[in-house]
Amino acid sequence: MQDLTNAFVELIRRTSTDLPGDMELALRDAREYEAPGSAAQGALDTMLVNQEMSRRLSRPICQDTGTPIFEVHYPVGWSTRALAAQIKQAVVIATEKAYLRPNAVDSISGANSGDNTGTEFPTIHFHEWDEDVVQVDLMLKGGGCENVGAQYSLPNAPLKAGRDLEGVRKVVLDAVQRAQGQGCAPGVLGVAIGGDRGASYAFSKQQLFRPLGDRNDDPELAALEETIKEQANELGIGPMGFGGKTTVLDVQIDSLHRLPASFFVSVSYMCWANRRRSMIVRGEEVTYQ
Amino acid sequence: MIHKLTVPISDEAISALHVGDQVELSGVIFTARDAAHKYMVEEFIKTGGNPPQSEESLYELLKEKLDGGVIYHCGPVVAKDDGQWRFVAAGPTTSIREEVYQDLVIEHFNLKAVIGKGGMGPRTLAACGTFKAVYLHAVGGAGTLIAERVQEVEDVHKLAEFGVPEAFWQIRVEGFPAVVTMDSHGQSIHAEVAAKSEAKFRELVGV
Repeated sequence: MQDLTNAFVELIRRTSTDLPGDMELALRDAREYEAPGSAAQGALDTMLVNQEMSRRLSRPICQDTGTPIFEVHYPVGWSTRALAAQIKQAVVIATEKAYLRPNAVDSISGANSGDNTGTEFPTIHFHEWDEDVVQVDLMLKGGGCENVGAQYSLPNAPLKAGRDLEGVRKVVLDAVQRAQGQGCAPGVLGVAIGGDRGASYAFSKQQLFRPLGDRNDDPELAALEETIKEQANELGIGPMGFGGKTTVLDVQIDSLHRLPASFFVSVSYMCWANRRRSMIVRGEEVTYQ
Repeated sequence: MIHKLTVPISDEAISALHVGDQVELSGVIFTARDAAHKYMVEEFIKTGGNPPQSEESLYELLKEKLDGGVIYHCGPVVAKDDGQWRFVAAGPTTSIREEVYQDLVIEHFNLKAVIGKGGMGPRTLAACGTFKAVYLHAVGGAGTLIAERVQEVEDVHKLAEFGVPEAFWQIRVEGFPAVVTMDSHGQSIHAEVAAKSEAKFRELVGV
């Protein structure tokens, strides 16, 4: 297997400095819905100008370059240890080049490792698959939006939320209401229904890799995605919490099997600086999406 | 209309500001976030302005520069070219984590503005009224644009101890864009939006 370190550095650079096309388009559309001259429209304008500058200057869109989350899909025969070592090395180089801020802090001493490596940092998940290519998805998830993520155990009496999709709707709206503008609205919600606590949160984050507008194959979940998106926007929290019509740009939901005794709903909130990109390695050729 | 503010900021300039106003700020300001706020309160304020000897020089500097001055909740991405620091990306971080410290810092240093994102709570709002200060909201995530408004990194304090995101970066800014979301007249956009969205939420969820 070839050394992909430089390709990983380029993946990090593109992810940190250039928003995916669907996100930029969604922010442009949102701008048109907000009242002319409002603080909400001003915030969206600033986001769009910032995006243009970041791409042109090859600089991080946001200074919080977050937790780098790598989802690596690889064919039989690749060494995950070698790939993990190359990813870690790429993260160190990307930090030196200021595509990433040093973000890995020792939880006990408070010391910053200075190079974005540490225990379980960056996050890397490996998935062996039948394809003959390597695909690496990267998300840079900042702390502001990570902090407003939430997990609910249903039933939830105060919210009158039972163990059904109506209960899911209620708790997800509660997460949006509690987040206000703190997660850097307008955000995207990844929602997992079921699983144990750990699997549930991880799966909710995986939903955030889906393109905006992608709907679940299950028509009931697809309808729920649409309903929650619409109702979250009726809350009027708006861009950065300034008030306005755009609070979330999309909601994406999927489910896992659960224990009879448990019914978790996990909500991962991704900020407007929704930095996610993919890289595909086919033989010697590397392409970025 | 955009209000131009220059550090040091006068009480009159603060009184003229109301929620929703757009401002452009110029002058020397300091980044300070979680570690820096904890440090200021424990070393400077709780000691009654008698910090340990090792911290005296930084205290004297902050007393001078923060009088009429500005703190920015930000942990930047920085680069060093030929020995000179440069801001690469420098949007705001979430402010509410400093709620337990901010009113004390505003009072102790005669701070006139705090820049961040997400707004702050009742203690900070009360301090804005009592000591004539405002909360300025920058657009979260707008890291490149704001870094471009940083003309010079004059100095950095506590870098080794706190790390890049948490250090006190002493920066000279020109035309830093922000919106007043908490003013010195008791108004907070955050409280208003939260109340309205809460009412709608109750209607949608039936609680």
